[in-house]
Amino acid sequence: MTMREKIEEAAARYPDQRSAIMPALLIAQRERGHLPGPVLEEVADILGVERIWVYELATFYTLFHTEPVGIFHLQLCDNVSCMLRRSDDLLRHLEEVLGIKKGGTTPDGLFTLSTVECLGACEMAPVMQVGDDYHGDLDMARIDALLDRLRATVRQATGADLAAAGPQGE
Amino acid sequence: MFEPVLLRNVDVPDGHLLATYEAGGGYQALAKALREHTPDEIIDLVKNSNLRGRGGAGFPTGMKWSFVPKRAGKPKYLCCNADEGEPGTFKDRIIMERDPHQLIEGMAISAYAIGAETAYVYIRGEYTLAISRLEQAIAEAHAKGYLGTRILGSDFSFVVHIHCGAGAYICGEETAMLDSLEGKRAQPRLKPPFPAVEGLYASPTVINNVETLACVPHIVARGPDWFRGIGPDKSPGPKLYCLSGQVRKPGLYELPMGIPLRELVEDCAGGPLPGRKLKAVIPGGVSAPLIPERGLDVGMDFDSLAAAGSMLGSAGVIVIDDSTCIVKVATRIIEFFHHESCGKCTPCREGLNWVVKVLRRVEAGQGAPGDLEQLEALCKGIFGNTFCALGDGAAMGLRAALAHFEHEFVAHIEERRCPFH
Repeated sequence: MTMREKIEEAAARYPDQRSAIMPALLIAQRERGHLPGPVLEEVADILGVERIWVYELATFYTLFHTEPVGIFHLQLCDNVSCMLRRSDDLLRHLEEVLGIKKGGTTPDGLFTLSTVECLGACEMAPVMQVGDDYHGDLDMARIDALLDRLRATVRQATGADLAAAGPQGE
Repeated sequence: MFEPVLLRNVDVPDGHLLATYEAGGGYQALAKALREHTPDEIIDLVKNSNLRGRGGAGFPTGMKWSFVPKRAGKPKYLCCNADEGEPGTFKDRIIMERDPHQLIEGMAISAYAIGAETAYVYIRGEYTLAISRLEQAIAEAHAKGYLGTRILGSDFSFVVHIHCGAGAYICGEETAMLDSLEGKRAQPRLKPPFPAVEGLYASPTVINNVETLACVPHIVARGPDWFRGIGPDKSPGPKLYCLSGQVRKPGLYELPMGIPLRELVEDCAGGPLPGRKLKAVIPGGVSAPLIPERGLDVGMDFDSLAAAGSMLGSAGVIVIDDSTCIVKVATRIIEFFHHESCGKCTPCREGLNWVVKVLRRVEAGQGAPGDLEQLEALCKGIFGNTFCALGDGAAMGLRAALAHFEHEFVAHIEERRCPFH
């Protein structure tokens, strides 16, 4: 299905097209990686709604990214339950091994590092979401192993050396 | 001996599949409701069970349903609040991942009771596994005739749609959720009108939490007296408790409403980590004021916790031990509320920004004499002066931290450093 077809299918669930803006933005972000102005306008045109309605949702809800993010968006929870299980140490470790600060993206475009509010998986704190997946009961060794696995996924997918991959979404 | 009902399928292999759910008696309560009861009788059953909303507010569910006008001349809607964002809470995620049919059956019976033909499940966008499990379960239920037109040969037709949230804690507030479902920024509405009269698309709407809806099939199947026989009469039923933080066995526990908090923390969850002592517990997600160790004999139900100056909230029980600085915890909690303030009400939007600044400087050892009075003045300016309970929750939590652990705040200011670092 094209992006337009997916959005139209989602819109059929609502009596009002405006309700379909959120699902449409989630679909568009999955297709395009992030949501720059032209994509927001495309979504508004598909649904036939005011562009400002689309802009205001894209900038209000934290899961929408109007700026590019890395192939792997590392979203470390640092709310209370994870903080009590030393998420602070994990953040410092991630900043060190990736060579970036919270909010930054590695120069190869692989990793963006963010902290997020509670992911609703406190039974396995400290927790980090990467893409669709939750990773729990983390410590530094498990984080290192996870980063290695993620790098290997990209190597397999591209068949190329990471250094040659180049930055994403620029 | 208490027998878990809400979690009976979660550890069963393939507990999320229809065949497993049916093998355990699933959808028989829906069949019974449609065959033996009128919608009003279902409302009465739920009223008589004394079921109170599990999302946090504890409003009587049957009463909420009874506010829906019988003849509205408009479609009615059921919304399932699955936007589980209260820090420390993960019960709804586990129900949806591992036993989604329990929720769907609860929704179908509830929709029959209030006369709704359409439901939206407003679920956190982060919950990708729960979303896919729920999508699969809805498709299975349609194929077997538990959803769709003329369900099980009755006149009742009902469909369920999933609506994914996109990261806004405020959507847990029911009127903000409705604005979000209508495609707007999530901001709470002025009430009245209440959603039962004028909710989604200005139509009569009931909003119930996942766990609340999951209780409904059991009430229909076993009767209201069974439900009321578990825990305190005014606040009864089986209850899901989310244990997290500095405790040996974090996890989801199903026990009667009203179980003493101490028993939950020390016996069920194994007590504090090796070599540590309990210091305080947040009993119901970070909106619930913390309770110091000496207060842990309180019962975990709406009324007992309210009487103790806290609240059951979402039953997200966060355990804090003696290695942890309460000023740091309080700062982190207020940072959360500040981040999640929708911006509609000035006291919450600006007040929490100010509170965060004061708390951060106190925690950093740069607090000034008068800062604690300043914090109390800010709490007073926020509490009761906003559309919704977000600002209230922030103020109540901070006041409890100040009341029970004033000495830690004072030590930060006097020693000009955090005594825990």
